[in-house]
Amino acid sequence: KKKNHHVTRFCCLQSVKGVWPLPQSFTISSERYPLNPQAFYFAYGKQSAAQEGCSVLDEAFKRYFSLIFPDYISGSILQFSEDQPFTVQVSVGLDDCDGYPDENSSEQLYTLCLSTGLETFSQLVYQEDFGSYFVNKTEIEDFPRFQFRGILLDTSRHYLPVRAILKTLDAMAFSKFNVFHWHIVDDPSFPYQSRTFPDLSAKGAFHPMTHIYTQSDVRRVISYARMRGIRVLPEFDSPGHTQSWGKGQSDLLTPCYRGSTPSGTFGPVNPALPSTYKFMATLFKEVSSVFPDSYIHLGGDEVNFSCWKSNPDVRAFMQKMGFGTDFTKLEAYYMENIVNITTALNKTSIVWQDVFDYHERIPKDTVLHIWKGDPASYEAELSRITKAGYRVLLAAPWYINHISYGQDWRNYYTVQPLNFSGTEEQKKLVIGGEVCMWGEYVDATNLTPRLWPRASAAAERLWSDEKQTSNVDKAFPRLQDFRCKLLRRGIQAEPLFVGHCKHEYQGV
Amino acid sequence: LLLPVFQASKYSSLWPLPQKVQISEISFKLSGTSFKIVDAKESSAGSSCSILQSAYRRYYEYMFGSAKKQWGGKNRRADLTELHVWITSPDSECDAYPGVTSDESCESNYASCLETFSQLVYEDEYGAKNINSSKISDFPRFAHRGVLLDSSRHFLPIKVILANLETMAMNKINVFHWHIVDDQSFPYLSRTFPQLSQQGAYHPYTHVYTPADVKMVIEFARLRGIRVIPEFDTPGHTQSWGKGETDLLTPCFSGSKPSGTFGPVNPILNTTYDFMTQFFKEVSTVFPDTYVHLGGDEVDFTCWKSNPDIQKFMEQQQFGEDYSKLESFYIQRLLDIVSTTQKGYLIWQEVFDNGVKLKADTLIHVWKGNQQQYQNEMANVTASGYQTLLSTPWYLNRISYGQDWQGFYKADPQDFKGTDEQKKLVIGGEACLWGEYVDATNLTPRLWPRASAVAERLWSASNVTDIDDAFNRLSLHRCRMVERGIPAEPLFSSYCPHEYKGV
Repeated sequence: KKKNHHVTRFCCLQSVKGVWPLPQSFTISSERYPLNPQAFYFAYGKQSAAQEGCSVLDEAFKRYFSLIFPDYISGSILQFSEDQPFTVQVSVGLDDCDGYPDENSSEQLYTLCLSTGLETFSQLVYQEDFGSYFVNKTEIEDFPRFQFRGILLDTSRHYLPVRAILKTLDAMAFSKFNVFHWHIVDDPSFPYQSRTFPDLSAKGAFHPMTHIYTQSDVRRVISYARMRGIRVLPEFDSPGHTQSWGKGQSDLLTPCYRGSTPSGTFGPVNPALPSTYKFMATLFKEVSSVFPDSYIHLGGDEVNFSCWKSNPDVRAFMQKMGFGTDFTKLEAYYMENIVNITTALNKTSIVWQDVFDYHERIPKDTVLHIWKGDPASYEAELSRITKAGYRVLLAAPWYINHISYGQDWRNYYTVQPLNFSGTEEQKKLVIGGEVCMWGEYVDATNLTPRLWPRASAAAERLWSDEKQTSNVDKAFPRLQDFRCKLLRRGIQAEPLFVGHCKHEYQGV
Repeated sequence: LLLPVFQASKYSSLWPLPQKVQISEISFKLSGTSFKIVDAKESSAGSSCSILQSAYRRYYEYMFGSAKKQWGGKNRRADLTELHVWITSPDSECDAYPGVTSDESCESNYASCLETFSQLVYEDEYGAKNINSSKISDFPRFAHRGVLLDSSRHFLPIKVILANLETMAMNKINVFHWHIVDDQSFPYLSRTFPQLSQQGAYHPYTHVYTPADVKMVIEFARLRGIRVIPEFDTPGHTQSWGKGETDLLTPCFSGSKPSGTFGPVNPILNTTYDFMTQFFKEVSTVFPDTYVHLGGDEVDFTCWKSNPDIQKFMEQQQFGEDYSKLESFYIQRLLDIVSTTQKGYLIWQEVFDNGVKLKADTLIHVWKGNQQQYQNEMANVTASGYQTLLSTPWYLNRISYGQDWQGFYKADPQDFKGTDEQKKLVIGGEACLWGEYVDATNLTPRLWPRASAVAERLWSASNVTDIDDAFNRLSLHRCRMVERGIPAEPLFSSYCPHEYKGV
């Protein structure tokens, strides 16, 4: 049972094993209860707004039972025991059992975020050397520091089988990540099978049958995420990063010119043709209905202007529109149109910081995604963007695809997202952050060990109180334990440093 | 970000590249239902040769595993129905262990020939297996092509060791350097001194290698033409030894009192040498290879310096303040002990650098420094007449962002200033995957295909240096490893027709 009154923390974190991320307020006593898997129940409190039949919670109870008692094989002979039944009573303030998690899921009250409470409880249960389960009497009050805690996966540079995505969602729930940013298409391949434009994946995927996400694959991912309180944020990045789009949609990309003749290669999306916007409107109409989240990521990063410059029709368009030779104006024109399309579809847009840097006119509720540079650069960008009144997401310090030798999790842990010059109001505009696992060197052979437990370091930075979690050396043993817990739960998380887990990974 | 454009190589997906290869345009169809790998009539080996029979089955599975095999179906015309394997060596070495003198030329060695043959088989657009008529003559440039795994910093379950032995064979790696114990843990279950692992392993039951485990690894390797060279590194790197063998390690002193901590092996006690004699006697019987690696690296002298008994000993021996003389004293006696077990030995370069007297057939393992420094070391070691192995540029545990396989591919062990005689003393090299940050969760993708780059450098001719052609072949070779169930990580943005099926 979670108590609501304020509790002062006095206990030593050393005794806290494998609880990650650290709850806001957390007191563990030495009094403990034995748990018998045959006399353990989850139940709905009388005052709970959600009751039996709530799909998300019923699913969660089942899932967490197995996670809490990994050795228990159901159907074992009922042992005679005098154990008092142990009941975990769950109460939620609001019943949204059939809804999708969204930006407002205040992870305390809402049903969908009960998963975080169950997660914390499950982390408190431990096994003694004899195999018996215990949980110590604990007072916890918990809520996340930031409401947007995401992981980006890139399924264009390498195709990721659905199984790998689902495994990632499982592991995300264990670290209380709540947004799956699906960077689904990009230059190298277009695996998303569109119902309106089937040629996009038929011609643009690495292989039209084996390296695609069907509509039912996408539904599966979204529903699996929903059960874990995770939002699915799709990204259809344009006008750059679109090489694969042109394979199935001729005339979408700008033909590049060498002198006065087409060179045969293509550049970003062609912003000068009305057909472009007709296509985008239709595509985003589909995307808006397939993906239930109220946000959509439109990309807008790294647009190379040289192809646009080389194309005479594009140059003529620039003249017509009065842009002169300033191609940032052309990019702005394009992005503004796209944002208008998605706004009309009742979606809020998230875009990479380039869109702001190019002074594009975007709705005030657009979220900017900061990805560039060292701390000095991104801190300055945080100041700039929040000063202009926009909400921001921070990804720059968490490009964990950038591997290096040693304990680099420490770098992710010590990031200070609000360490920039700005008012309190500005700081409130930082809605969260994202761990990015770009796919150039990553696929199902190495995704999981590369993501975990390094991403968990960022998870704590995004959830927990910064003052209580500023010491890397203190965090180390707790994260090591948490990593062993991940292994126990079937997540192939790599080691932080020398050592061992009771139950090692038995695969290859 | 532009992709390196993948193009088909004229050498198809061969890895490592054979010494001489010509692939024609003439293709033959192969059928899983009718294809057989058999001993040639003239072969000196026959159906009783277990190594060969195991290999035939293994390679059949590699070639036809993914194809559907129909029973009693229409016997569609297959062009090629048999592969005859003709062993020419006069004494068939079927039950022997691979050794330093094994003839690995394709004319004689089944393992490398079968692997090469299996690499030539490809699927056409109908999913049928084909092979183009080819003429291949092959042998390795270097005889010692190794991979080091570290099972002390993290325990490595047997399964992951075996999977990686399997992968080594696919890359023609022929030495598994098993760095089995070190400071952090002692998983080797010794028959003579069971308390070593009882006290020194991470867990005495779940994190140990029993004699049966060790036998399994050795036999599994043998069937794949891979030597298993164990390393029992002393006098440094031995913290875990002291847990089960009290008095083995030097007690450190804080002033005039023992501090409670321990340092390297104690070189002044006779019990040390009695122990080592018995221990290495066991090691020499458990591990059949003619060589054993004795370590000898990174000995920290501070603890020795602090110990009053050792200080007295230094005086008696007239070593002055030069503790490398004490280290040499220990190593000398250790080498003498190991020599009586009829084994040759490998040692890390420090032992040579410190001027220890070594047997002529000692193998010196170079691992330190930047490029200039290791090239100098290679020159010095070979100038002194010793055989040498290179590992310095191939520390695969040192990960970084991007295509670092290219750096491994470019390094050449004979790239130093020396005579031809000196260059002949370079017998090969080893890719090292130290275990501080590595265990079964991330070992295989971290090792492959990066170690494949080292494998080609050690097998193929020295002028095989075209990195673009290597990229094309290695991309396909990587997909082949994935198809065979090995989670070899990608080189760059790409796809494999058959992606990795695990998660």
